[in-house]
Amino acid sequence: MDRREFIKKGIGATVLAGSTLGMLGSYEKIFAASGYFPSPYYDLVAVKGGEPDVMFNKGIESFGGMKKFVKKGQTVVIKPNIGWDTTPERAGNTNPLLVSQIIKHCFAAGAKEVYVFDHACDNWIKSYKNSGIERAVKDAGGKIVSGDSEKYYHEVNIPGGKKLKTAKVHELILSSNVFINVPILKHHSSSKLTVSMKNNMGIVWDRGEWHKNDLHQCIADFATYRKPDLNIVDAYYVLTKNGPKGVSENDVVKMKSLIISKDIVAADAAAAKLFGVNPDTINYIKIAADMKVGRKDLEKLSINRIKI
Amino acid sequence: MNLSALKKIRIVISLSFFAAISLIFLDFRNLIPTKYISSVLFLQFVPSTLKFFVTFSAAALGFVIILFLTVLFGRVYCSAICPLGTLQDFIIFISRKLRIKKFFRFTKELKILRFSILAVAVLFIPLGGMFIVTLLDPYSNFGRILTDLVKPGVVAGNNLLSSAFEHFENYSLYPMEQTGMSVPTLVVPIIVLAVVIGLSIKKGRLYCNSICPVGALLGLVSKYSIFKIVIDDNNCSGCGKCELACKASCINKKTHEVDFSRCVGCMDCLATCPSEGVKYEYAYKKTKKAEKPETDFNKRDFLVSTSVYMLGFAGLLSGRNKALSGNTAQPITGKRTPVSPPGSKSISHFTANCTACHLCVSECPTKVLQPAYLEYGLLGIIQPHMEAKNAFCNYECNICGNVCPSGAILPLTLEEKKKTQIGVAKFNQNTCIVFTESTDCGACSEHCPTKAVNMVPYNGLFAPKVTEELCIGCGACEFACPTDPNKSIIVEGNAIHKTAKKNIQKKSVEAKQQKSSTPQEDFPF
Repeated sequence: MDRREFIKKGIGATVLAGSTLGMLGSYEKIFAASGYFPSPYYDLVAVKGGEPDVMFNKGIESFGGMKKFVKKGQTVVIKPNIGWDTTPERAGNTNPLLVSQIIKHCFAAGAKEVYVFDHACDNWIKSYKNSGIERAVKDAGGKIVSGDSEKYYHEVNIPGGKKLKTAKVHELILSSNVFINVPILKHHSSSKLTVSMKNNMGIVWDRGEWHKNDLHQCIADFATYRKPDLNIVDAYYVLTKNGPKGVSENDVVKMKSLIISKDIVAADAAAAKLFGVNPDTINYIKIAADMKVGRKDLEKLSINRIKI
Repeated sequence: MNLSALKKIRIVISLSFFAAISLIFLDFRNLIPTKYISSVLFLQFVPSTLKFFVTFSAAALGFVIILFLTVLFGRVYCSAICPLGTLQDFIIFISRKLRIKKFFRFTKELKILRFSILAVAVLFIPLGGMFIVTLLDPYSNFGRILTDLVKPGVVAGNNLLSSAFEHFENYSLYPMEQTGMSVPTLVVPIIVLAVVIGLSIKKGRLYCNSICPVGALLGLVSKYSIFKIVIDDNNCSGCGKCELACKASCINKKTHEVDFSRCVGCMDCLATCPSEGVKYEYAYKKTKKAEKPETDFNKRDFLVSTSVYMLGFAGLLSGRNKALSGNTAQPITGKRTPVSPPGSKSISHFTANCTACHLCVSECPTKVLQPAYLEYGLLGIIQPHMEAKNAFCNYECNICGNVCPSGAILPLTLEEKKKTQIGVAKFNQNTCIVFTESTDCGACSEHCPTKAVNMVPYNGLFAPKVTEELCIGCGACEFACPTDPNKSIIVEGNAIHKTAKKNIQKKSVEAKQQKSSTPQEDFPF
């Protein structure tokens, strides 16, 4: 099997897996709405007051555990934010403890392989190392992969996109069965706020094009292409200003929160509220909701709120 | 003592230095600690000399040790410590194995050429800087050959191997970006390598005895060495094997004389002599032979050598910086002032002390350090500069100053480095996306480590604003800016580096409240 074939088959498998999951999702919603299965089928779970790993345990439990998302023998790709050469306390990157806990849950659910990568902004080797994520991934048994070479990225069409019609996407996103998006909630100088949808800029190669062609629209456009199977928003340490990298620890607030949702727009809308801003003021959230990528009307969603 | 053992000792030492220096330059994953790098390069003559005249510290006294060694034993440096010397020995070894050229013959010294080059190189320092030394210094040439010519091959090998591994879903090796393939970078080391290969195959160590300024300088010293290689007439059978073995072509079988000024100290003659006719002897024995009519000649040499020496040191000490600030500091490309690496103090300090060994280029993790073309002017060609088009200086990194062997880039602590302003970002709103397209962008501010580039409200959007006193000139904004062909924000170099203000912002009141409010407070949704 050559590389191209491998990727083609990978895409096929992903589409199949994605559509199955999608169908499953819609059935679940019917049951959830009718009150048939009350607890396991929330649209969104928010957790507060615990350590990252403990909050994740509680959160994923209310979805019925990781086995609802990862089937035996499947490959998983986890995309945290590893954009910057900063330590976890600086809140520029996703919390390593959370990443490692997610990997452990994936393996417990029977995952064959768990890959982790990001297309970093700072020097990727230093970012992987100093974020603590490289170590965390290796210790949890996952595979840390470079996102730094153009050869990993393959052009895909984005039929639902208004401004963004194509993008070069990392092959692990194309070939893995399950895609878990693990952003960190941060202030962001370009897009005001970065959460799940903005985090996806790290799975593409040519993001300068997004900046050139209406950033907010491109972020929303890309969200139509490949919705993560799960969005896990790390809000343990939150960068409240000078994002996305931060200047010092004075920019950071320890919020000790976590949001999990399959709906990428809902996750971002809830994260925005947690951050203290109205989701409607964040352009790409508004655009994505208008394009029916997901829902930002949190009051109409079934949300499980857990305080530890 | 069995003198043939000296050759073996020389080989072991030379291979150790060669391997250690090669590993340092080819270490594309930056695994070798900087402490180790400075101790290996401690003895390299030209960088050590330059560093001493910058720092006046004991850590730069390597060249004094070399001078001392030369006074004792002659130019052992050239065959044991100089990596370009060992490279030539390799080439000669292979050419002998392939029977291209098996033997060398005594040749006359190219005295005028040899000492003219030395004089010009040294005299040029106060006039025009390091240009000629840069082109001829053996250590720097070796560094460039490795960094610019060999390393890309090593990286390509790594990338092939990592591709092969990835076929089996093993991502433990990763591909590295190929950088530094610009024309001027390649032309100089290619020419030097071609000359070195050609000369060493045809003429042995002629580079060291006709072109190399270090070889010429140490040659002047070795005329007065305490121990010298001589032919002992009593034991010599006249077989001439020593002459055939001598890569420096400095043994004359007919006259039984060794031109010790050209001897590179390889000890091959000692090992090859079947009758103990070649000896390593105390040179000031009171024998009839030593006091031959050469005295006048020696006096003249002495005068020449000391004056060259004094001039060189005087040049290093005084005129250099002054002369250069009005010379190489002026880029002939116009417009932009180049950006020199953090720790280099000023463009004139940098260009006056850098011999372009490209160790910093090789070590730089982001590859923002690239050999210059005409950024520093014609005389600064191939000296490294910060090229922010394709990369930017990592905020948490100070490796270039820690490895630079010549004192051109002085070491900075990470805290100092983060405040060192090597240049300032200049914003041009005429081409900026926010102004031309009326959409948000902010890539520059996103990458800025100090938030000297900040986004401020503009027509319902956010537009970049530069606070120059916070800017350190790292080039992150320039790198990230998506406009082409011209970036809308570029770093203009500081001819003399300055200190940036630190961006100190206290925790906001809301932030403190937010912190204390968890976890009792309800979710805001």
